[in-house]
Amino acid sequence: MALVLDLLSWVAILIGAAAMLIGALGLLRLPDVFARMHGAGMIDTAGLTLILLGLMLQAGLTLIAVKLILIVLFVVYTSPMTSHALARACLLAGLRPLGRVEADEGGGRSSR
Amino acid sequence: MFAAAGLALLVTMAAALARALLGPTVYDRILAVNAFGTLTVGLIAVLGFLMGRPEFLDIALVYALINFISTLAVTSYVRSAAARTRPDEAG
Amino acid sequence: MLRALSLAIGLAVLWLLLSGYWHEPLLLGLGLASVLLSVVVAGRMGGLDDEGHPVHLLGRALIYWPWLIKEIGLANWDVAKAILGWQGPIEPTVFAVRASQASDLGRVIYANSITLTPGTVTLELAGDRLLVHALTRGAVEGLQGGEMDRRVRRLAG
Repeated sequence: MALVLDLLSWVAILIGAAAMLIGALGLLRLPDVFARMHGAGMIDTAGLTLILLGLMLQAGLTLIAVKLILIVLFVVYTSPMTSHALARACLLAGLRPLGRVEADEGGGRSSR
Repeated sequence: MFAAAGLALLVTMAAALARALLGPTVYDRILAVNAFGTLTVGLIAVLGFLMGRPEFLDIALVYALINFISTLAVTSYVRSAAARTRPDEAG
Repeated sequence: MLRALSLAIGLAVLWLLLSGYWHEPLLLGLGLASVLLSVVVAGRMGGLDDEGHPVHLLGRALIYWPWLIKEIGLANWDVAKAILGWQGPIEPTVFAVRASQASDLGRVIYANSITLTPGTVTLELAGDRLLVHALTRGAVEGLQGGEMDRRVRRLAG
């Protein structure tokens, strides 16, 4: 049983590390700031969550695991808010994303 | 295994730092610094396990919250500064 | 009032789990005082309505979260393939979708779920119209299929 848990936690940490490295690659090579947000989103969700999940499996049912769960929850709740605030600030500053626009009108208007 | 995770985190942090230095707009830098902060949270947690000191997790928790607030604050500051000048000066 | 009680219980559990002190009367008293202060401040700020503390969604959220986690996993795989270039060049697209939820809370949950899923970021939420930036063709089609919209409507109306 301990061996199975160990193996599972190693797999989670390895996949999380791979997701982080791919997200970093995206941060470096994607063409504009809107596209790079997707790379950063990968680091926030898959990368950090899986690495902390691996640590959780090592810690077992203790207060340490509870704290790790809380860290994951905080990051997962706050990451979309920062992404959205940043994307809106980019739009309001006049940056326009590369690529196709299928919306019916420009998106720079304020909603108020 | 913890050391490998720490190494991957450090490489990713170097990439985020490179993006923060390269820019080109100020929003790229904010995005990169936010990702760097998230990675720091992970690194603190992994270091706690590596050194056998789980108290580090409290610091990681607080760091995650500070990272959120500071990113929002910088974004809002840059936005209000950019609203007062021409948009291309904000880069 | 029930909301204040549920917030107080949640904060007390959080305090106990984070501090790890279960037996010292002085520290427990101080923890209780800080919980009560937080609830009073939240009430004065008007944070104790169904938007500030949406505890009534908890039961249905337990159905929504596993589905969302599965979606995030699949989307991560898609974005990883796109970044590594395994499916040709990326196609960044900006498009609009309609949010069919009646309440503001439902629309905000929908927008945040879209942003949390890698490959799609909500650029703007105005009325019931969401402006979304997507990295790949698959992400566009997945969102226009509307399953997330339906599930959030079932969650928060």
